[in-house]
Amino acid sequence: MNMNQADTAWMLVATALVLLMTPALAFFYGGLVRSKNALNTMMMSFVALGGVGLVWALVAYSLAFAPGTPAIGGLTHALLRDVGLEAKGTIPHILYFCYQGTFAIITAALISGAIVERMRFGPYLVFLMMWTIFVYAPVAHWVWGGGFLMSMKVSALDFAGGTVVHVNAGMAAFVAASTLGPRKDFARQAFLPHNVPFTLLGTGLLWFGWFGFNAGSALGANNSAALAFATTMLAPAATLMVWTMLDLFRTKRVTAVGGATGIVVGLVAITPAAGYVSPMGAIVIGALAAFPSYYALLFRARTRLDDSLDVVAAHGLGGACGALLTGVFADKSWNGLTDGLLNGNASQFGAQLLAVVTVMAYSGVMTFVLLKVLAAVMPLRADVSDEGLGMDVSQHGEEAYADGEGAVLILPDRVKIPPAAAVSRGGTS
Amino acid sequence: MKLVVAVIRPDRLTTVLEELYRADVQGLTISRVQGHGGEREHVETYRGMTVKMDLSEKVRLEIGVSNHFVEPTVQALLRGARTGAVGDGKIFVLPVEKVYRIRTGEEDQAAVTPVGVPTR
Repeated sequence: MNMNQADTAWMLVATALVLLMTPALAFFYGGLVRSKNALNTMMMSFVALGGVGLVWALVAYSLAFAPGTPAIGGLTHALLRDVGLEAKGTIPHILYFCYQGTFAIITAALISGAIVERMRFGPYLVFLMMWTIFVYAPVAHWVWGGGFLMSMKVSALDFAGGTVVHVNAGMAAFVAASTLGPRKDFARQAFLPHNVPFTLLGTGLLWFGWFGFNAGSALGANNSAALAFATTMLAPAATLMVWTMLDLFRTKRVTAVGGATGIVVGLVAITPAAGYVSPMGAIVIGALAAFPSYYALLFRARTRLDDSLDVVAAHGLGGACGALLTGVFADKSWNGLTDGLLNGNASQFGAQLLAVVTVMAYSGVMTFVLLKVLAAVMPLRADVSDEGLGMDVSQHGEEAYADGEGAVLILPDRVKIPPAAAVSRGGTS
Repeated sequence: MKLVVAVIRPDRLTTVLEELYRADVQGLTISRVQGHGGEREHVETYRGMTVKMDLSEKVRLEIGVSNHFVEPTVQALLRGARTGAVGDGKIFVLPVEKVYRIRTGEEDQAAVTPVGVPTR
């Protein structure tokens, strides 16, 4: 296919938009934790820009998108070999690589919401990079890189990553939260969000970036992109309104954290469907997707599962819900490819279900194995005193909101940095 | 000399300060504190978590005054801080053993503001 400059221009912008979603996620998550863990939580997203971005270039892109077996791609593109300025579709190959990389980065960062306020930073970073290679890359290959979910008789539809990104990260979050165990004061103490405006800011930036995520997944400046743009605007609007109503009936108040969560759930749900359903279909999907996530949030709070920032309810369930509803509402008159259940194509729903279940099973098992392997080599959790002190000080040696009182300057030649554990034991208790 | 300590609602602080200035009470220290005085607690909801906020935000004023200034100060505080609802706060009047003004080294009556006789 020939290179197209309009497509290239749009994909350059879309790639930058999706990359912005990871800092946006840092704000979304950062606002929801306690102030003593704000930097650590935000860094868990930010560090994915480095760690995941790097392994994506070194090997993971190749495993996802190089020609290979139905299960996994080959190594022909490892170290960016043969990823140059030649056309991939209608855009330069290297741009396609960048665009897909931004997806890998945010998917890994999403998982952090399940393990914040307790996981050590080093093991977390190693986990992210391994997870990208061993979980994200194969799953992306199955759905987008020519793998078996694509080559089935009825191939599973996933426009922008409902299964690859959200079901995948949601399941990994579930396993990570249960493997690590709850925070030390979980279910005994209320963990209040320390900065809800941050969460709202993050939500706004996520929505903005999501236009690149969904409309960019058309891989060109075309009708499909326009449809995905419209559905990305409409579905979260419907979710936000339904969420607001549910809040109103339950607590007689509309909450800001609830509104932010509703928007994210709507965005997640429309992701797999974005370029496949009609705009009205998107509104219905957005509205329906509010219910499972809303009630899962309430239910989760009464369990022992400390999925701290509710990645499972928002992304896992929202993603699964969206992926299944794609199989219901897909509309050939809009996407030119295939119909869903509602238009008489029941087999599409079956394909969607198979994709969701396969990804859940693989992601769950592999995440568990990766964490167990890591745990055998190094402790995953901060010790109890470090957790109590706060992860900002214990992991990073910084505070998000330092007032400088009682800070005595030590001259550079006299600085002796004590090991992290000693700092916390010497600190106030 | 007495130390007048008042715990009031934060949103009444401006009114209280106005009343105090009108009564010529000038030297004071305030701090933001939290407390519970039998008022109805409020409930907050964050996703699936509902929390009862037991402690309310309050402002504490500390005012060192000479003896004949105690009554005008207390009256000003009462006027400024009262809303009539539970949670308006408390005023404590405590004896003070010794007062120094750091700038001049003045002691006792000479060290609390104002020194003069109340204007009304």
